Amino acid sequence: MNTVTNNTDFLLAIENLTVSFDGFKAVNDLNLYVDENEIHVIIGPNGAGKTTVLDLICGRTKATDGSIKFRNRELTEMREHEIVREGVGRKFQNPSIYEDLTVFENLEISFPRGRSVFGALAFKRDAEVIDRVHEIAAMVFLKELLDTQAAFLSHGQKQWLEIGMLLIQDPELLMLDEPVAGMSVSERKQTAKLLNEITKGRSVMVVEHDMKFVEDIAHRVTVLHQGKILSEGSMAKVQADPKVIDVYLGH
Amino acid sequence: MTNVKSFMARQDILALLILAAVLFVVMPMSMDIFRLNLFGKYLTYAFVAIGLVLCWGKGGILSLGQGVFFGLGGYCMAMYLKLESSTPEATAIQSTPGIPDFMDWNQITELPWFWEPFNSLTFTLVAILVVPALFAFVIGAAMFKRRVGGVYFAIITQAIAAILTILIIGQQGYTGGVNGITDLRTLKGWDIRTDEAKYILYYVNGALLIGVLVLCQFVLQSKLGRLLVALRDKEDRVRFSGYDVANFKIFVFCFAAVLSAIGGAMFTLQVGFMSPSFVGIVPSIEMVIFCAVGGRLSIFGAVYGTLLVNWAKTTFSETFPELWLFGLGALFIAVVLVFPNGLSGLYRSYLAPHVDRWIFRKPPAGGFTGAGPLDTPAFEPEPAARPAE
Repeated sequence: MNTVTNNTDFLLAIENLTVSFDGFKAVNDLNLYVDENEIHVIIGPNGAGKTTVLDLICGRTKATDGSIKFRNRELTEMREHEIVREGVGRKFQNPSIYEDLTVFENLEISFPRGRSVFGALAFKRDAEVIDRVHEIAAMVFLKELLDTQAAFLSHGQKQWLEIGMLLIQDPELLMLDEPVAGMSVSERKQTAKLLNEITKGRSVMVVEHDMKFVEDIAHRVTVLHQGKILSEGSMAKVQADPKVIDVYLGH
Repeated sequence: MTNVKSFMARQDILALLILAAVLFVVMPMSMDIFRLNLFGKYLTYAFVAIGLVLCWGKGGILSLGQGVFFGLGGYCMAMYLKLESSTPEATAIQSTPGIPDFMDWNQITELPWFWEPFNSLTFTLVAILVVPALFAFVIGAAMFKRRVGGVYFAIITQAIAAILTILIIGQQGYTGGVNGITDLRTLKGWDIRTDEAKYILYYVNGALLIGVLVLCQFVLQSKLGRLLVALRDKEDRVRFSGYDVANFKIFVFCFAAVLSAIGGAMFTLQVGFMSPSFVGIVPSIEMVIFCAVGGRLSIFGAVYGTLLVNWAKTTFSETFPELWLFGLGALFIAVVLVFPNGLSGLYRSYLAPHVDRWIFRKPPAGGFTGAGPLDTPAFEPEPAARPAE
């Protein structure tokens, strides 16, 4: 493991990150920084390593080399639930919710208290939990559906529910993998509004293919290609970049 | 189906009262002591089935080795009772008096060290709970921390059941071998073979079962119960919500193991012996079938399922002994194909709405009930009702 010891002012600092699967480098010597209160979007063609980067940050995939520092704490050494407890939330590409439980229970389980076995046994559904669940449900447009079994939500509502499940943990860094995939136009608009709202006080990393949506939300865009950064900067800048047009936007 | 039913807690109390009435009034009044003792034996399997509801039905962890824990509890109890009945006076004809008879037959001349503590009833009672819990903890920690799950876990538990059976049979001098530990007579001087003792043990068994059901209800109503369902559904989401998933699996596996062991100990007391035929692969799978027939999502269903299958087993194997195993297999296939949620699933689909209407005088829930989330217990609709994944 490479020991990069210099601390940074960034919320998240990824340095020299490499992961290889049987010699294939899905992420190759990547450096990427996320500021506080920033919506940072990662785009790129299929197989560019976008989702892998998120997997590496949240501990689902172990890095071959390099460092990921969150508030100058090394994440590559931590286990998944420890990374979550540090304040990193991750939304999966397909809505990943508990279909057999109600919306309320889905949000309640994500409430950051009673996370040990005996903590869960002793967990009380008190006013604080109920208020917080109602507050988050209102944010993600599910206030009327708290008692509905999650399996019966529409696709877009499931995506919102999962975002809500992350919000209730109040993470400092929220990672969203294609949050608007499969959403209708109006749902996309609502989601863009939601993201702009929730970024107050936290940073958001988004992997997305929908350029219109990226334009609506991104503060900064990183274009990945073959595990490396192709271009980085504002949306206007990367859109004008001939390399980006060539490998990604052009076709 | 879409709303949490706020009266489920009351329904659970009703289910508990009905079961208590059946166990404590109906059965003792309608059966002679021979049949009641047999019924009590079936009830000891219900402890295992209840454990499987938590572990498999709710948590999605299928263990095909619950007989191991049933056996460990049963053997702990049997070791104590065997030592008590192996007094030097009672075993005076042996070449080494004062040790269990089967040890003497196997030319063992001294009580093995691990038998010594079972002279104490207190130690035995603690061991009945702690030995299976520790064993389950070791298995659970080794498997779940390495993220071994699903079919692999089921196969490994089955292998453990096979290994333990072979070990018990092979070490005849220490374990009683294939015959098991037999000829158990007294508990602290109290003869457990009399009719009166059988009645008392039956009631103790019933009370323990009710106690276990209440305890399970508490666990299922807690956030832990909902987490188990969440784990079964989306393990990764639970992990990435800040939970150490392995710990929850270890807990529920140990919990189910302890319940099985209580059943095993009560089996020994009521039936008067313990043998490897209750430890191995076949009994372990039978126990899963009890749970599946009753409905793997309902602790009450598991009790009735156990009773029904065992009643059928006794009835049919008396008349058509060679056909019973085929019958059991057919029953399991029928459960999986026709009513995957077992008896409790049938009850919930067809009977529960009427029961709700007539007993609770409440219309079936439809639309938003306005009930505060405080009194919404974790009622979980049948997974079969959800769209295909």
